[in-house]
Amino acid sequence: MSTPLAAPRIRAPRSARAGEVVEIRTLMEHPMETGLRQEGGRTIPRDMLTRMRVRLNGEALLEAEFRNGTAANPFHVFFVRIDRASELEFTWTDEAGRTARATHRIALA
Amino acid sequence: MKRRAILSLALLPFAAAASDDVLNAAIRAEIGDAAPREGGITLRVPPVAENGGQVPVTVLVDSPQSAERHVTAIHLFATRNPTPGIASFKLGPALARAEIQTRIRMSENQTLVVLARMNDGSVQRATAEIRVATGGCLT
Repeated sequence: MSTPLAAPRIRAPRSARAGEVVEIRTLMEHPMETGLRQEGGRTIPRDMLTRMRVRLNGEALLEAEFRNGTAANPFHVFFVRIDRASELEFTWTDEAGRTARATHRIALA
Repeated sequence: MKRRAILSLALLPFAAAASDDVLNAAIRAEIGDAAPREGGITLRVPPVAENGGQVPVTVLVDSPQSAERHVTAIHLFATRNPTPGIASFKLGPALARAEIQTRIRMSENQTLVVLARMNDGSVQRATAEIRVATGGCLT
């Protein structure tokens, strides 16, 4: 199981006015196999992302811990108030300790 | 009739829902012995999920997200999935509002349980019934 994680997809504005609330959309392609599913009488091995961490200018913004009930290809939307030119950092971690990262900069309009 | 018997046999060993004890243990693991108050949370879910493997859910906690009063964590549980845990979210101060949109799995018709912990330690609770046309855990 040494295939790298997919490249995360982030949708967020490139600029915002000071004080504006912006929508951040994240999609991470991943099968999120729980190890409970069977196909043709064989159990599909467990393969799960455990965590998504989002930081805004180095500060913890959102941390998600995924359990079996999170759907495949985890998709999350949340809202951030932008006060200054900002950088968002995203990290996904799986149970094998592999990580996928993304960054997104938002300039002040 | 015979076909139905075979079908149910095929599903039984794998489609067992977690018991209430397992659900309660999962909830206690997140909120300790806090006694949740009902309300203060808006849940947007489809009344009927065509595909239980991808059920869109929006959680919005009624909170000013100010220094004095804000949500620190949101926990999601399923009452009848094989395992109750869905996800837990820790919210930082820069979030504009206590809102998370996610997509969850539902193996059968059941209840989504959402708990929100406030910065004073109190816990709010809301539930939503979701009907599932096609189960999304084991197919």
